[in-house]
This record gives sequence, C-alpha cells and structure tokens, in this order.
Amino acid sequence: MLTFTLRRLLLAIPTLLFISLVIFLLVDLAPGSPMSEIPLTVPPEVRQKMIEAMGADQPVLVRYLLWLRQFFWVEPATLIDGWFGTSLAGGEQRILSWQTRSPVFTMIGQRIPQTLTVVGTAYLLGVLIALPIGIYSAYRQYSWFDQAGTLFAMIGFSVPTFFTGTLLIIIFAVGLGWFPTKYDTTLTVTDWDSFLAHVRQMALPVLTLALANAAAISRYMRSSMLDNMGQDYVRTARAKGMSERTVVLKHVLRNSLIPVVTVIALGIPSIFGGAIITENLFGVNGIGAALILAIHANDLPTVQTLAFIFAVLIVLFNLIADILYGLLDPRIRYD
Amino acid sequence: MPDASPRKLVEVRNLKMHFPITSGILRRHAGDVKAVDGVSFDIFEGETLGLVGESGCGKSTVGRALLRLYEATSGSVVIDGVDIARLGQKELRRIRPKMQMVFQDPQASLNPRMTVAAIIGEPLAEHTGLRGNARLARIHELMDQVGLNRAFANRFPHAFSGGQRQRIGIARALALNPRFIVCDEPIAALDVSIQAQVVNLLEDLQDRLGLTYLFISHDLSMVRHIADRVAVMYLGQIAELSPRDALYANPLHPYARALLSAVPEPDPTLESSRRRIILAGDVPSPANPPKGCNFCTRCPQAQPVCHDVKPPLLEVTPGRHVACHFVPPITAAAGSTGGPEASERNRQGEDR
Repeated sequence: MLTFTLRRLLLAIPTLLFISLVIFLLVDLAPGSPMSEIPLTVPPEVRQKMIEAMGADQPVLVRYLLWLRQFFWVEPATLIDGWFGTSLAGGEQRILSWQTRSPVFTMIGQRIPQTLTVVGTAYLLGVLIALPIGIYSAYRQYSWFDQAGTLFAMIGFSVPTFFTGTLLIIIFAVGLGWFPTKYDTTLTVTDWDSFLAHVRQMALPVLTLALANAAAISRYMRSSMLDNMGQDYVRTARAKGMSERTVVLKHVLRNSLIPVVTVIALGIPSIFGGAIITENLFGVNGIGAALILAIHANDLPTVQTLAFIFAVLIVLFNLIADILYGLLDPRIRYD
Repeated sequence: MPDASPRKLVEVRNLKMHFPITSGILRRHAGDVKAVDGVSFDIFEGETLGLVGESGCGKSTVGRALLRLYEATSGSVVIDGVDIARLGQKELRRIRPKMQMVFQDPQASLNPRMTVAAIIGEPLAEHTGLRGNARLARIHELMDQVGLNRAFANRFPHAFSGGQRQRIGIARALALNPRFIVCDEPIAALDVSIQAQVVNLLEDLQDRLGLTYLFISHDLSMVRHIADRVAVMYLGQIAELSPRDALYANPLHPYARALLSAVPEPDPTLESSRRRIILAGDVPSPANPPKGCNFCTRCPQAQPVCHDVKPPLLEVTPGRHVACHFVPPITAAAGSTGGPEASERNRQGEDR
C-alpha cells in the first residue's frame, strides 16, 4: 500500500505540471486583458509603467515559470516563515492579485473558512440525509418511500441551486422570516446568541446545497444497495438464520458502502472549490465568490492559482479514494 | 430404500412457487411463471434424494422454497414435524440451524468482506452461546472436517480456489449441526477433478454425521454416484421419482427415458450402440404450460388424452412413482406387495 501511494504521488508530479501549464495557457490566452481595465484617461507612459509593475509585459513562458516558482517555492516558504519565524522566502515576491495588489494566498486564507463552514456543512448534511434515504429506498424498492426518494432526487438533480435558493429565501426568509436573506461574513461567534445567529444565517445556503448533494449520493447509495441485495451471499446470510437487521446492515450495507465512500471522497474537492452560484446568492464571501470576481476583473494570477489548487485537490482526493477502496475491499490489493 | 422402516424427515406436499408477471404502467398482474407447480415428495432420514432436470425446470426453486428462501405460493413443507411454510419469521430463524444449504456458486455465495472464520462463525454467534475461544475451536474443527487448513481462517474468500471455497460453503452449512442439507448444484461451478473431491466429501460427511441431502444437479452421472433415490423434474413438476438403480436401468417416464439417454457411456463399444432419444421442439414457457400433461408437446408417445388430462404422480411399482397415463400402475405385480400400499399416491397439480 505504501509503495502504491508513493508511486502514485510521484506520478502525480508530471500530471500536475502538465495541468498547471494547460491552466496557465488557457487562462492567459483567453480573450480579455487586465490592461483593458485601465481607464483611457491614463497617459500611455503611466499605463506602460502599470503594466510593467504587474509583470504583464513579460512573455508567457517567463510568466509561467515565475508563477511556478512562486507557487511551489515562495508560497510554501512564506507559510513556513509565518509559522516558525524563519526567513526561508527571503522577502521574494509572492503571487500577487492584479486586482488588489495583495497576495492571492492571503485572500484565499481569508475566504476559505466561510467556504468550508457553509459548503462543508452542506456536504456533510447532504451525505447524512442521502445515506438513510438510499438504504431504505433500496430495501423497500418501489414502495411509496422509494418513489418519494426518487422524486426528491430528481428535484435535487434537475432544479438548479439559484432556483431552490431563491425559493427558500422567498419562503423562509421573506415569507416566514425565520432566517436572514444574507450571510453576514463579519459576524464572529463569541457567545450563545451569536452562535445561534450564525446557525440561522447558515441554514438557507446549507439547505440549498445539501439538497443538491443528497440527491446525487442517495442515488448512488440506492443503486449500490440494490446491486448487493440480489447477491448470493445475502441469500447465504438469510439461510444462516441471521436477523433481517444483520443481513441488511452488516452484509448488504458494508459491501454497498465501498463504491459510495469513493464517490463521497471524490466529491470533497468541490467543497474547497466553493459553490459559485450559492455563495453569490446568499452573499457568502467564499472561494467561489472570489473566483467569479477575479474572472470578471481579468485577474489572471488569482484565477490561475485557484484553478490549479482545485486541480491539486482533485488529484489528491482521487488518490485518497483509491486508497480507501483498497482498505475497504479485501479483494483489492495494490502490490 | 436403505432402511426397513425409514423415518420421513422431509415431507413436501403440493408445493407451488409462482412468480407473478406484471405488465403495463399500472403493473397489473398479468400471469404467473409457474416455476414449481405442485410438487410432492418425501425424503427419508439419512438418504440422498437426487433432483435432476434440465435448466429452468424448477430444481433450484424447489430447493430454495424448501428452506423458505422463497415464500412458497402454496403447499406445505414439513421438516422434522414442523411445517416450515407456515412459520413466523422468528420461529423460522430458530429452526434454521436444522436445515442448511450449500449453494451453487461458491464465489458469490460468500461475503467478500468477511474472513473465513467470520463466515463460518457468524451463525454460531447467532444461534449458539459459543463465544471467544470456544467458537474459534468449533470453527477450526469444522475446517478440519472439510479438509481446510486452519491457518487460513483469517483469509478472505477471494484468496481461495473454487474447490476450497465450496469447502468453506460446506463448513458454513455444517456449523450448526444441521440434519438436512439442500445441495443446490454444489459442483456445477467446479471443474471435474474438484467435483469428485467435493462429492466424496459430502458422502463422507453424510456417513459420519448422518446427514440427509437433497442433491440438486443436472449432472446425471454425479447424481447416479451419490443419490439413493432420484426425482426427475420437467417444467415445474416431477415426472418420475424412483430408486436410483431402477431409474437408471429402466426409466419409465418418457421424459426420464429421453433425459437418461443423454448420459454418455464410458465403454466405447457400448457407446457406439447407445441410442439417444432426441426430443423435438423446446420446453414450453412455465408462464403458459400446456393443458394436460406438461410433457405432451414433446412426448414421442403423446395421445389425445395427454393433451386433456394431467396425469397424477402414481406409484406404479413399489417405490417408483411416475406421472404418465401410459405407465399403468402394476397392482399386485410381484404378488408379495400390492393392494392398498401400492395405491398410495403423490398427487400433483390437481387443483390448479
């Protein structure tokens, strides 16, 4: 298992380098330029200086290599400096946002907590809702519960979050007044009341996203349960005289969870990616909102860096899913 | 029959297993697949009853319905004095230890995420008080009985060969000291060299533990080797139920005759003179069996009466039951037995 992990990590290096090049070039070659944001009233020589200051006048290859060095050396070094008070980075320039002239990673550090609490809670809640629905739907296939679960999943799949989110706002925030319409990023949890306020402002965005997540995962759970329910070993367990509870929860469920756990692990990078639409809808100042803002402003370094971080996470969680699969299924051995 | 006064361990009466066919958007009940349609037989204690027939004739369904792995549509299955078909789930689970099953596919019938020890030991924890070391000792004892190395107790099923897996399946079935075991094509998924091992193991265990088997197979030579009596099934019903030697020497039912003519003869000179009876046509759909005798559409001897009247399964000579209009019951044939005993009948498919 260890050699497998190491081999996969080594293989990930060329993969990620290639992805980084593709991302960098795609973003760079896309139409739109930060220069177009500079008002025409600015004199040409000042304009030239501004472009030079951003480093945007350099050829694309130079900018790519510089960005790679900043991403893989300067940023980690700065992080370690911040933790241990060393001076590894030596004051080298970090990846700067063209928009704000501040380091991209500082911005990410400020925004990631919002994203993780809202999107992460939604993912967790989605999984917790989806598993029981999937299990019971499969156990009572074609019952009214199963039909209702299918309807729920279909709604979750097909209705976009901007619609469900708006609907929830109209019903619960405007109509009933139970929750605020907007997420207040400045709220800090200090006591019980502020904690309650935080839970209330999280409720609607979390619910919106959880519905979408639960829809997909409950389907996976259901079909995986159905697959296993018809297996011969389940009949064996019944013939052994095991109780129905043991048959379903021990024999069927444990085998059915193998693919579902993988799907759940593969979905985790999307938490870090944030939820662009939902974050904008509820005013959550998260990563998704930052990405959209940077795209609008042609802030190339921010877009490139965020996109590449997502790529790293996806590669990483693919590996984690594979390892989990090996741990859960004794038939799979990575030697 | 091995004994002078054998005790009936299993009595099956008019067992029917119909699977509903639904159609249309409203899932209306459109008919039934009559997988097993009125089957009656007895199994005596300590004997092996072979159950043979072609694919899809309902052999496996009989085996599963017998242990109530399917809910039978109607009929009764009395095992050791208890009607299995009518028990509640709780009582059923309590008597499961008495009756076990060895499954056809040794790969699929073992939970891939459980070790051998867990697979064999699970029913022990459920039905007996055995815990810890006592349980492990019993697991090891069972593994010895079926010839598996004790050191393999903590391995997973995928690490074993087909024959070894079937031994695990047998050890699992034996764990609770059952009296009756349904062997549902236990050798069909194994290659020939392993088949002999497994069948000999089953015979050994029968001698040592006094087990009663229902041995379901489509391998006629293997059934000849292991069974005491043989039932031939066709389209959900028993065509003939006879002692092994009598059946193989002289099958009475036309279907049994056709089926047994397919057994190859090892002696080449005899083999060249073997006359195979080839039946015309296909097996009718069990959803729509023919009126009258089930076999009438393909029977070489079919007469008008066969298309109208269903022949009951009658005892034609002592110990031999045949469902055919043209095998007349030989009452008082040998002179010694006769009269009232010979008219004992196992009726099948009468109240359709």
